[in-house]
Amino acid sequence: MSQIFFYCTLVLYGCAAALYLGYLLHTTQGMATWASRLVTTGFVTHSLSTIHRFNSAGYLPITNMHESLSFFSLVIVGAFLLFVRKYKIAILGSFIIPLALLMIIASSSFPSAIHELNPALKSGWLWVHTTMAFVSYSTFTIAFGAAVIYLIQQHFLKKKKFGALFQKLPSLDTLDDINYRCLTIGFPLLTVAIISGAIWAEKAWGTYWSWDPKETWSLITWFIYAALLHGRMTTGWRGKRAALLSIAGFLIMLFTFIGVNMWLPGLHSYNK
Amino acid sequence: MNIIVVGLSHKTATVEIREKVAFSPNQIEKPLRELVSLDEIVEGVIVSTCNRVEIYATTRDIAGGIARIKRFMADYHHIPLEILESHLYNYHSEAAIRHVFRVASSLDSMVVGEPQILGQIKTSYGYAAEYKSSGIILNRFLHKAFSVAKRVRTETKIASSAVSVAFAAVELAKKILGNLSDKTVMLIGAGEMCELAAKHFLNSGARGVMVTNRTFERAERLADEFNGEAVRFEELFQHLHRADIVLSSTGAPHVIIGPKDVEDVIKRRRFKPMFFIDIAVPRDIDPKVDDLENAYLFTVDNLQEIVQANLAQRNLEAEKAEEIINQEIGQFFKWLSSLDVTPTIVALRNHFDEIRKAELEKTLANWKDLPPDAEKRLESLTMAMMNKLLHTPTTVLKKAGQGGRVDLYVDGLRQLFELEAAPEEAEELELEA
Repeated sequence: MSQIFFYCTLVLYGCAAALYLGYLLHTTQGMATWASRLVTTGFVTHSLSTIHRFNSAGYLPITNMHESLSFFSLVIVGAFLLFVRKYKIAILGSFIIPLALLMIIASSSFPSAIHELNPALKSGWLWVHTTMAFVSYSTFTIAFGAAVIYLIQQHFLKKKKFGALFQKLPSLDTLDDINYRCLTIGFPLLTVAIISGAIWAEKAWGTYWSWDPKETWSLITWFIYAALLHGRMTTGWRGKRAALLSIAGFLIMLFTFIGVNMWLPGLHSYNK
Repeated sequence: MNIIVVGLSHKTATVEIREKVAFSPNQIEKPLRELVSLDEIVEGVIVSTCNRVEIYATTRDIAGGIARIKRFMADYHHIPLEILESHLYNYHSEAAIRHVFRVASSLDSMVVGEPQILGQIKTSYGYAAEYKSSGIILNRFLHKAFSVAKRVRTETKIASSAVSVAFAAVELAKKILGNLSDKTVMLIGAGEMCELAAKHFLNSGARGVMVTNRTFERAERLADEFNGEAVRFEELFQHLHRADIVLSSTGAPHVIIGPKDVEDVIKRRRFKPMFFIDIAVPRDIDPKVDDLENAYLFTVDNLQEIVQANLAQRNLEAEKAEEIINQEIGQFFKWLSSLDVTPTIVALRNHFDEIRKAELEKTLANWKDLPPDAEKRLESLTMAMMNKLLHTPTTVLKKAGQGGRVDLYVDGLRQLFELEAAPEEAEELELEA
C-alpha cells in the first residue's frame, strides 16, 4: 500500500517538476496552476505513503536512507507549499521541486524493506529530535532556493540584462525576506533538534555528547546559521552575503544529513 | 439590425480636425438625443476622447445610416461635409464589432496597451445608458467589448510592462526594493524627467520625497509640489542615508556622488539596498558606485533599453490579443443574428395560432350535436397541422447561421406575413447569450 502511494508520488512530483521547469522558460499561468495542483496531490499521496509505512512499521520512518530521503522530500514539499501560499511566487517551485524530486528518486534507489527497529531507537525523543531536524532542514532548503534566485537576479541587475527570466523572478527584497524568515524558523528548530538529540543520547547511551560525526557536522551547520542570524540582526548582513552563507549552510547541512549517514561511521550511520 | 461605426482618430486626422469634432462630456445629452432621433438610427453611443471621436449606432439600413451619421457630425459641428469626410472611417457588421473590440482593448491606441481608453469608453457608455440612447443591442455589445478588453489585458502581457522611462524606473525599483510604500525618494537637482519619475514613485506609494538643489529656493518650491522636504545642497551627505531611491539630474560638470560616499551611506543604512538613477549629462554619479554590492545604479540609456524591449514585447502580445478578439467576434455575431430569428419565429407562430384559434371557434360555434371528444380532437388536429407546417421553416431559420441569408429570410417572413415583432421584444423573451 505504502509502495503504491510512493510510486504515485514519484510520478506526480516528476510531472510537477517538469511543469515548473517549463514555467521557467515559458511563463503561462496555466503551467504554474497545474504544477501546483500536481505537487499538492503528490504531497497528499506522499503523506499517505509515509503514514501507511508508519502504521506497518510501528515507528517513525527515518531509520534508513530510503526512509529518511523520502521523509526529507516530504517535509521540503510541505514547507514549499506553505511558503508559496504566503509569498505567491510560483517560480520558487522551479528550484525547489526538482530538488524534492531528486530526493525521492534517490530514496527509491535504496532498499525499502521494513526492519525490526533497533532497540536504541525506541523512544519518544526519536519523534522530537528527528522531526525538528527535518523541518529545520526543509526551511534551510527553501532559503537555499531563494538564495540561488537572489544571486541570479542580482547578476541581471548588475549586468543590466533585463530579459524574460528577469521579469519572471521576484524582487530582491522578497527573496531576502524569505531568507530571513527561513532563518528565524529554521535556526530555533535546529537548536531544539540538537538539544533534544543530546537529551535522548544521555538516556540511551549515558552521555550528552560524544563527538559522533553527525553531532559534529550538525554543530558546524548550527554555527554557520548562527553566524548568519547574528550578522543579520546586528550588522545588517543581508543580500548577497546572506545568500552565499545560506548556500554554504545548505551544502554543509546536506552533508550532515546524507554524507555523514553514508560515508562516516558512528551512531547515526546507516551502514553498520 | 446592424451595428455601424463612424468616426475619426489620431490615425486619420490631426489634432486640429479632432478638436473641431470633439463632443464635450458635460454637453453630451443633446447630441445623443439628436443622434437617436434621426430616422435611420435606432440606438447610439458617442465616444469622444483627445485621440478619437467615434459614433456607434444600430440601424436597419447600413448605407443610409452611415451617410446620416456623417452628415450629423458635419452639421452638429458646423463643418462642411466634404472636408470632414476625407478623415472619417466607417465599419459595419463584423468589421464594426472587430473595430470596437480592438479600440476597447487599446490595440488602436497611440501606445498599445494604454489603460485610459477602456475607462473613457465606459464613461461614454454610461452617458448613453443614462439618456437611454443605447438599447438592448449596444448595451450587450459594449458590455461584451468591456469583457473582451479585460480578457486581453489579463491574458496577454500587452499592458504589463513599462513603456516610458519614468515607469521603467518605478518597475526597476520594485524589482530591487520590493514594496515601495515605506521607501523615500531623494531628488537631486531638477529637470522634467526627474520630476516625472518622482511623481510616478509617489503614485506607486512611496512614503515621501526629499529635494535638494544648489539653489535652496528651487528645492523648497519643488518640495512643496510633492509635499516633501527641502534639503540644503551642502547637507546632502547628512541626509542621503535616509533615501532608498535617488534621482539625480544636476547641471554639475563633474561627479557629485562617488563610490566612497555611497559606501559610507550604505553602511549607515545597515546595508539596506539603494537605487540610483543618474539622468545628468555629464553624469552626477560615478559608475563605480554600481560595483558596490547593495547599490544599484542606472542611467537613462539603461532605462531606454528596457522601454524598447518592452515596446517590442507589446507588439508581440498584440498579436495574441487579435487572436482573442477573433474568437470573441464569432460568438458575439452569432448572438446578434439570433436576435432576429427567435422573435420572428415566435411572431410567425403567434400569427398562425391566432388564425387557427379563430377558425376553430367559428366552426365549433356553428356545429351542433358533436360527439363528446370532438372538440379535443379538432384541437389536436389543428395544432398538429400548424406544428407540421411551421416545423420546416423554423428549422431552416435556426440553421441559417449568421450573415446575409438570415437577414433575408427574416425580412422576407416579416414582409410576407406582415409580422410586427421588434428587437425590443427580445428583452422580454429571455434570450441566452
